[in-house]
Order: sequence, then C-alpha cells, then structure tokens
Amino acid sequence: MSTVAAPLDVQKIRADFPTLTTPFHGKPVVYLDSAVSSLTPLPVIERMAHYQSFEHTNVHRGVSTLSQEATDRFEEAREKVRALINAPSARQIIWTRGTTESINLVAQTYGRQNVHEGDEILLSAMEHHSDIVPWQLLAEERGARIRVIPMNDAGELILDGLDDLLTERTRIVGVTHVSNVLGTINPVKEIIRRAHAKGVPVLVDGAQGVPHLKVDVADLDADFYVFSGHKLSGPTGIGVLYGRKSLLESMPPWHGGGSMILSVTWEGTTFAAVPGKFEAGTPPIAQAIGLGAAIDYVRALGLDRIAAHEHDLLLYATERLKAIPGLRIIGEAREKASVISFVLEGIHPHDIGSILDHAGVVVRAGHHCAQPVMTRFGIPATTRASFAYFNTRADVDALVSGILNVQEIFS
Amino acid sequence: MSDPRELYQQVIIEHNKKPRNFGDLEACTHHAHGLNPLCGDDIVLKLVVEDGVVRDIRFTGHGCAISKASSSLMTVNVKGKPVAEAEVLVEQFRAMIRGTLDTATDPNDLGRLSLFQGVRDLPSRVKCAVLPWATLHSALHGEAVVSTE
Repeated sequence: MSTVAAPLDVQKIRADFPTLTTPFHGKPVVYLDSAVSSLTPLPVIERMAHYQSFEHTNVHRGVSTLSQEATDRFEEAREKVRALINAPSARQIIWTRGTTESINLVAQTYGRQNVHEGDEILLSAMEHHSDIVPWQLLAEERGARIRVIPMNDAGELILDGLDDLLTERTRIVGVTHVSNVLGTINPVKEIIRRAHAKGVPVLVDGAQGVPHLKVDVADLDADFYVFSGHKLSGPTGIGVLYGRKSLLESMPPWHGGGSMILSVTWEGTTFAAVPGKFEAGTPPIAQAIGLGAAIDYVRALGLDRIAAHEHDLLLYATERLKAIPGLRIIGEAREKASVISFVLEGIHPHDIGSILDHAGVVVRAGHHCAQPVMTRFGIPATTRASFAYFNTRADVDALVSGILNVQEIFS
Repeated sequence: MSDPRELYQQVIIEHNKKPRNFGDLEACTHHAHGLNPLCGDDIVLKLVVEDGVVRDIRFTGHGCAISKASSSLMTVNVKGKPVAEAEVLVEQFRAMIRGTLDTATDPNDLGRLSLFQGVRDLPSRVKCAVLPWATLHSALHGEAVVSTE
C-alpha cells in the first residue's frame, strides 16, 4: 500500500452529493447507509445524462459512427473495471445487473456443468442471501449439499477445519470479501490458496469489498470476483463478474439471444467469445458508462485515502458506540471495514431505525439479507451504520445522540 | 408525524415491555402464524372461541415495539368480545392505519387503539402495526399462515 498523502477534503466531496446538500424535513441528511447503496456523486449522474443525451444508440451493432462511439465508451468502462481490480484482461469482465445476477450466472453455468449428485458447495457462515440462495437452488436441482465454514463470536471465520471441509466432493467455494452485516474483512487470499491446494475454485462476493478495499484479483488468485455498481458510487442495474479465463471459456452460455452469438442457423448456433457469450441482449449501456465514471471518481480521490478516512471513522464510531450503556456491537473482527452492526438492550432495531430516521440519520435496520448471520448471533435483527468517504465524525456524533434519544424515549 | 414521541407514547412503550396475554395457549380452537419477511416480525396467535365469543387469546413471537404493543393491546381489546365485534375492530384498525378512518372525527370502537393512528404517517411501519390484526383475521378465517408483505 502506498503512503497516504493529504487526507480527503470531505467538505468539498460532500458538495458533489445532492442528497447531502438538500435538507430533508428541514434537516441535513446524515447518510450512514452506504452498505445498502452508495449515494451517487454529480460527475457520475452528469456522465450518464451526457451519454443518454448525446451519445446513445445500441452497442456492438451496425456501422454508424454513433454506434461505434457508444461501443467505444461502453468498452472503455469495461477497461476501467479491469484496471480497478487488476484483472489480466478486459475480456474477463462480464457485465451483469449486479452481484446477485453475477452469482446466479456462475451457479447456472459453472455450477450446472460441474455440480452433480452428492457433490458439495462450501459457503462461509456470513454470506448474504445472494450467495446462498442461488447455490441452494442448484443443490436442490442436482442433489448436492451445502456445507458451511463456521465463524466465532467476534464474527471471524474459523479456518482451522477448512482443509477438512474441502473434500474431494467440493466443487466450489463461495465467500464474501467483506461481511455486509459484521464488517469483517475475510482472509480470502488464504482461503483461495487452501481451496486451490485441493483443486477447488473460489467465488468471492466483492459487493462490500470494492467500496472499501483496493482489490487485486490477480494477487488474490480469485477464480470469480463479483460486485455491484450501486455500492461503488455508481448506478443500479449494473454489476460485474470477473472470471478466470479458462473457466469462462469452458462454461456454457446462460441467457441466449442477440450479441452472444457468432452465427445462428436453424440447425444450431455457435457462440461469441468471452465476454460476449455471457451478454445476451442489449446491455445497460448508460449504467456501465456511469460505473466507469464512478471508478474514475473514487480513484481520483484515492483508494488508499478513502480506506484511511473510513478506518478513522470506524475507530471513532466504535469507541463512541461502545461507551453507550446497553449497546452491543455485533461483529468485532480484528480486520474490519467501516460497517458497524449493533443491538440495544430491550429496543428493537426497527424502532431505533424509525426514531433515527426522524432525526435525519439514515441507517439500516433488519436482517440485512443475511438471516443465517442473525441466527448465528441469536438475534432477529440489527441496526447497521455504514460509513463512506463522504462521512464525517460529526455524522458519528449525530448517530450517537440519536441513539441516546431512542434510549430516553424507551426509558 | 412531527415527533416520534407522538407514536412512541408511554402506553406503547409499556405494552412493549410488559405485553399482556403473552404466552402459549395449549388448547385452542383457532390459530395463525403472522410474518413480516422483510423485517422479521413474527407472531403466533392462538384463540379459544366458544359460542361465537373470544374466550381467550394469547400470542408469542418477537418483533418491534409497534408490533408487540399492537399485539398486546389487540388481545386486551378482543378478549371476551363476540367474534363479530372483533372483526369490526380488525376493519376499523386497518382503516385507521390506511388513513380512511380518522379516530378524532369518525365514529369508531377503537378506544385506546387510536394510539396507533400516528403509524399512518410512517409507511415503513404500517406492516408492523397491522401484523397482529391480519393474523387475527386469518385465525378467525382458518388461514394458518399470513404474510403482510
């Protein structure tokens, strides 16, 4: 990691976010919900508006100059994703609608090709539903079974038994880079190394990874790495599947249609090379270009500087929250991103969320699409505050005084 | 709602802390399981109905203060009443939350249940308040599971 230069100019950054500069119910918005979806900065919104206004037509179609330029902008965005995660080639970047679709794609192609009766799919105990349900559907169809890497009370994966969980029947491992509930940064490089020692490929759910960490899929040696644009300051409706070249080439197509073919006759179809093979139909073009602009935006801020700023907020918020009597933080991993879940004794997260909302503090209350994590900790739900590069210590202070107000109402 | 205190009044806080008629009912004539899958509120409602009257009613489960207090106050208001009157309360409660019945101006039998009127200004919490009532409706109509999503 390079030396951190000057800290972020957060006040200048905040001016890029209309949500933060527009009072809501007469109060400024304290947005602590970036883990559910990040706010979109103006340069990203303007880039998409510019594309849609002046540059839009379909891509990879026809010979018009406009179509060629739209295609160029679209493919430039793919290159920006490649550079962000240090993938060997932009051809290994497949556009999807989001993390969920990326995982379903892998389950329905690689999975259906390789998972058979009696086989095993190994998932971590802290997966989001999007990295559980697609595999359950596959396991049900194939007569395979799901096995789980357990975690300790701090919210860290227990890897002592990993080599035993990786059996000769294991066909794939699915693990989240950063837990959306606990904030835990998982040692995915080690997990991948140990899985590869048994010849098992690994899918990393990077939905919460790319917003907080500098990701290097080559260094991780990940077989699949997936994430969503809308958690990385980009728009909804666009996501990424990175895959190892040999795997992508051997996987069958998923959706059929235009763009994914070389030639079609009544006798049969030959398919386009990767990534086209997995991109049937007209893609979300403005969204891909918007994600490219979002990548430009965060890289200009500096991924290292963002990480340092968020780490400062994590430490400050952890210290202030822990000082509140009756508050318990769920997830105290040693390696943690700026995501904090907590419970308040005797007060349900939905009541906390509603009262904080009234004070202009936006948090997430619920099971966070990770019900097995709730079950593991014996709680129905948590309140979660997640911090991004535009948040400040004053935002943490607003959260703390909001929580104290909740406790007063319930006293 | 100008202030959450208007909704989170002492009665609701108190019923959340000490819910009435909370617990299992071994021998029951009617029961239903109510779920809010999105937020995880979960209630099992059991009733003893004899001669068209709700002789006993109890609930178990977990949820937020709104759903718990709504369950508690519902059981208090329904217990001992003819089923037909309980059904009227279900309809009036739903109308109040929907905003089609104003407890201050429209005739109604809701009494203290009008405490929940503020929920109509909190769209994300409407399902929490309505869950026990939807569950009661299901139990009385022989539907085992209800989801308010």
